[in-house]
Amino acid sequence: MYSYTEFDDAFIAERNAQFRGQVERRIDGSLTEDEFKPLRLMNGLYLQLHAYMLRVAIPYGTLSSRQMHKLADIAAKWDKGYGHFTTRQNIQYNWPQLRDVPDMLDALAEVNMHAIQTSGNTIRNVTADHFAGAAADEIADPRPVAELIRQWSTDHPEFQFLPRKFKVAVSGAPHDRAVIKAHDIGLQIVEKDGEIGYQVIVGGGLGRTPMIGKVLYEFVSSEDLLPTLEAIVSVYNLLGRRDNKYKARIKITVHENGIDDIRARVDARYALIRPQFTGVDQQMLSRIEADFASPTFKTAPIDTFTAAYNSDPVFKSWADTNLTDHREDGYAIVSISLKAHGETPGDATAEQMHRMAELAAEYGHDELRISHEQNVILPHVHRSDLPALHASLKQVGLATANIGLISDIIACPGMDYCALATARSIPIAQEIATRFDELKLEHDVGPLKIKISGCINACGHHHVGHIGILGLDRAGVENYQVTLGGDGTENAAIGERAGPGFSADEIIPAIERLVIGYLDLRTDASESFLQAYRRLGLAPFKAALYPEAQANAA
Amino acid sequence: MAKPFTPKVVTANALLEGDVIYQTATGWTRKLEEAEVLTDEADADLRLIDAIQQADLTVGAYLADVDTSSVAPKPTHFREAFRAKGPSNYTHGKQEEVQ
Repeated sequence: MYSYTEFDDAFIAERNAQFRGQVERRIDGSLTEDEFKPLRLMNGLYLQLHAYMLRVAIPYGTLSSRQMHKLADIAAKWDKGYGHFTTRQNIQYNWPQLRDVPDMLDALAEVNMHAIQTSGNTIRNVTADHFAGAAADEIADPRPVAELIRQWSTDHPEFQFLPRKFKVAVSGAPHDRAVIKAHDIGLQIVEKDGEIGYQVIVGGGLGRTPMIGKVLYEFVSSEDLLPTLEAIVSVYNLLGRRDNKYKARIKITVHENGIDDIRARVDARYALIRPQFTGVDQQMLSRIEADFASPTFKTAPIDTFTAAYNSDPVFKSWADTNLTDHREDGYAIVSISLKAHGETPGDATAEQMHRMAELAAEYGHDELRISHEQNVILPHVHRSDLPALHASLKQVGLATANIGLISDIIACPGMDYCALATARSIPIAQEIATRFDELKLEHDVGPLKIKISGCINACGHHHVGHIGILGLDRAGVENYQVTLGGDGTENAAIGERAGPGFSADEIIPAIERLVIGYLDLRTDASESFLQAYRRLGLAPFKAALYPEAQANAA
Repeated sequence: MAKPFTPKVVTANALLEGDVIYQTATGWTRKLEEAEVLTDEADADLRLIDAIQQADLTVGAYLADVDTSSVAPKPTHFREAFRAKGPSNYTHGKQEEVQ
């Protein structure tokens, strides 16, 4: 893993000291809120509905056990004993007090973490495939380049006041687990004639105007990547609209000007700045790559795994659902579900965080990942250790066997916390999970991604949910719109709106009708919800959602 | 014709704690039922200016509609109801203090 250099440590210490001074000056009245707000946002501090919220970056979702222990300590000491993992691989603390935030930032700095550029119109936390370095289908580990981009973008003097926020995601595998086509820039590691390079995708995004990113370049070599990125963001910085917040993201810039015009501008800018990149970035990248060297894997018999798998149905169910193939024989990637039925998606208590950190240290080569789907990953666990790991997870409510299933729901904080929200998300997720657990149907239903956002900004990725739910305020009442057929993978698609919205009371039965309808429509158990939707189109699913409209039409 | 003025309270977040506060005749309270109900538009505007000027105590002060059909003011919109109570997934926030 990457460790801070002296330069990094000094930079963070200085920023934290500056922010401590800014907080003091706000409290003593030297700074007005208008002056203070952009300063606190630069350091990840929001003011939400009931309290301040501190958003801490987890670069490319990677944590060591020491870092996870620290996140738990912060939750226990300065929050209400839990943290919320988000769809951008961040952790959010929902209850800090203003005076404590400088201490929280100092505590984070002890473990090479910070909250810089987790807000504001800057380049945000760079996200990556949460199976990076472990996935069987990977071309190369996306984290070294993600770290390089993090260093390049952090405090980049040209990009501190972009037209709007800017999000970059990297995937090292052809199967996209990082939703790269819904990012301002998505990077796909590709191989051409034995050389590793990057397919560069721009202009994706969700929110009010969802767009699937377009390919700007099919192949950019490693040494050309940073100048290319700098040219893209530079073009956007000048061309992006500052007159209208809702048209300020690069997806609109690309849409309004066309990808060919953008490419011509980026080419011109690239030609101008390329000589400034003298290869220092490639030396840095080599050093970073060494930090991400593969762990030393062990060879051991997997008899304990096989025995548990054949004798313990609870373990078998968990293993079938929560494990993914590892590139190394005998190993597995473990997804720890933060979606226990009826609990808040993405929340982990301090006790649970400590346990996951201990297990990572004991069985997982000291590595943890946060997925954009709000779960925690132990990327390298030998199969012989899985029964003990599972037993330990079970003790703290972390052994839910539902990864990729209907109760593995993404939900933004919604109006339970967020000042921007128009409706709640969390209770809808809790009720859907609880209902399908009661029905004992979720394993029959199979792979199904439900994603819920509490406002049009789409932090809950509803547009790319197989079933998307968007909470709105309709004349002073919470109302939930359903979209169908969205997909956040390499086959990215924006979901289609199914019809009129549902009230908070109606939405759970509506989802139940929809899913039961799918079970009747599918050819057999091997056809997933999304596959059935692609084969049949909206009509039969709409009929299941709106039986009254069907009856009236008949 | 302008819409008739409806009863309101001045609300904000506290600077240090970040939690929801309401203006009273003499200061601030954390309970909506203790808030001062403003029924005159000119008066409400003045009270809001007063709240905004207390920058050492408040952040983001604004006027929120309240229902005055019973003795104590109640929220008219669900957003204000959540602000007055706390989140629905944990008994945190104001509901925690009530327990």
